[in-house]
Amino acid sequence: MNGPTSAVQCTGIVKRYGSGEAEVLALRGIDLEVRMGELLMLVGPSGCGKTTLISVIAGILDQDDGECLLFGQDITRLPATERTRYRGQAIGFVFQSFNLIPTLTAAENVAIPLLINGVPFESAVAEARARLRDVQLEGREDALPTQLSGGQQQRVAIARAIVHRPRLVVCDEPTSALDGETGHKVMQVLKDVAVGSDRALVIVTHDARIYEFADRIARMEDGRIVSVEQAERGTTENAP
Amino acid sequence: MFRIALKMLLGDRGKYFGIITGIALASLLMIQQPGILISIFSRTYSFISDVALPDIWVMDPMVKYVDDSQPMLDTELYRVRGVKGVEWAVPLYKGNQRVRLGDGQLVSSNLIGLDDATLIGGPAVMLKGRLADLRLPDAVIVDEAGATGRLAKPASPGKKTEPLQVGDILEINDKRARVVGIARAGATFQSQPIIYTTYTRATTYALSERKLLSYILVKAKAGEPLANVTERIRHDTGMAARSADEFKDMTFLYILNNTSILTNFGFVVIVGFIVGAAVTGQIFYNFTLDNLRYFAVFKAMGATDRMLRRMILLQALLVGFVGFGLGAGATAVFAAITRERPGLSMTLNWQLLLGSSIAVAVIVLFAALISVRKVLKLEPAVVFK
Repeated sequence: MNGPTSAVQCTGIVKRYGSGEAEVLALRGIDLEVRMGELLMLVGPSGCGKTTLISVIAGILDQDDGECLLFGQDITRLPATERTRYRGQAIGFVFQSFNLIPTLTAAENVAIPLLINGVPFESAVAEARARLRDVQLEGREDALPTQLSGGQQQRVAIARAIVHRPRLVVCDEPTSALDGETGHKVMQVLKDVAVGSDRALVIVTHDARIYEFADRIARMEDGRIVSVEQAERGTTENAP
Repeated sequence: MFRIALKMLLGDRGKYFGIITGIALASLLMIQQPGILISIFSRTYSFISDVALPDIWVMDPMVKYVDDSQPMLDTELYRVRGVKGVEWAVPLYKGNQRVRLGDGQLVSSNLIGLDDATLIGGPAVMLKGRLADLRLPDAVIVDEAGATGRLAKPASPGKKTEPLQVGDILEINDKRARVVGIARAGATFQSQPIIYTTYTRATTYALSERKLLSYILVKAKAGEPLANVTERIRHDTGMAARSADEFKDMTFLYILNNTSILTNFGFVVIVGFIVGAAVTGQIFYNFTLDNLRYFAVFKAMGATDRMLRRMILLQALLVGFVGFGLGAGATAVFAAITRERPGLSMTLNWQLLLGSSIAVAVIVLFAALISVRKVLKLEPAVVFK
């Protein structure tokens, strides 16, 4: 039996913050598919709901309405602990501010997802060292985050996001803290290591300099997807 | 993840040392102060402990504690000896007398008069001389603390005082006394020198009084239940009769109820606990707050609530263990230093260590609890903010 062809299938996602007159509709009925093997970029102005959407996709925020299937499964229906464990196995995260633990070495930071999944410390660190080589950080495995440049820190974060071989990697502004050249290098590494036929990558970004790495670009405005473009062809697929 | 939790904690050296210092100080206060208190309380009945041989202490019914001897007539001794179940009964004099030093200074001392024939009630450890030497003319034995402290020979100008030695002469109530021995005795509550002599000689040193018998020390016959003998003595003589343990308890309770020692020491212990809990709780909570973002990252990455709870608990237990170890270690050093000193000393026993370790466990669990609460309420979505 074939598995799902979509990594993510969101239908009618609605998310509200606050209540009464203070209520803000962050997502207004989002329909979005992230296909297997693709790098999808979510772009749009600040406050349009990009981060809220990837939070829902990644299962760290509950939508108020609609359904979001992750590899064919609605993880909101799982018990809280199961859902957390599923997230730990299936999803990798890259953050704008790296979120590396300052008291841990690069290798130890990268090993965290494996440790969370119960891999023994020595094995996890050995695997982490291998992933750091994949992101061209050989020789920097024992450096503390403060001893690394911004680009190197983001590569450590990328290694951490992929070390446990998740099927979906979500990134929030991965290049916004980096200069153009470093951002390009980081994106190249990210695309090389995080995208595969059975995996997908979703990137939230403002950074137009990295659009060229996308397979498709979904544009958001005011809590809605306004267009999804094939990046290479530059054609608009749909515009709800 | 436990190693990660420990590295997070140990990597933040400032907070780590702050937390363990707080716990170490709290532990120190919570062990040391009760230790000193126990030591002080044990001094209240140290004389009863030192007089180990008799089973029963017979005294005037008005006696409230061991230093409150109410003299009885010597004839009471014979009445007690006549009670059924009494193996032997000997007199004991205990009273305060003034000792004149070489420079004319008067020092109030505890004079103990032992049964002339048996010397029952004498010090168990003789450092110099022999107990039997008390039978020599004018003989007295002085306790070590007194000999090196308040009864030490006055210094010549520019010199230190010299400990009292065997052969030295004292004056007790203007009567000659010759030191024939130095003994080790339990420190007393009032820290007075203790001078042992025979009962007969003690009565000559004491100021002229009709009643001079302080206590009658009684040994029950083998196989006679102590309670029965005690009851018979009370019934037949009208005197109060108490086992050594009962007399210790009575003395202890009297001091407890009639002084503010417990309140003062208890206050320091409670302050130590509260300050320890507040300082440790606050710093540990701040440590967690500083790492809140990383705990959110762990949550997003799949760390369950149980895992996070255990990580924080491990951090709390580590600081508790290290802090308590340092505090208890410092207290043990203090106890060792003061053990042989006649002045301030403390008792360090397993009950005290157990009690204070439980108090420290409460402190660190409290610190962990407020931190865990914060982490568990944390929304993992904050990682993207």
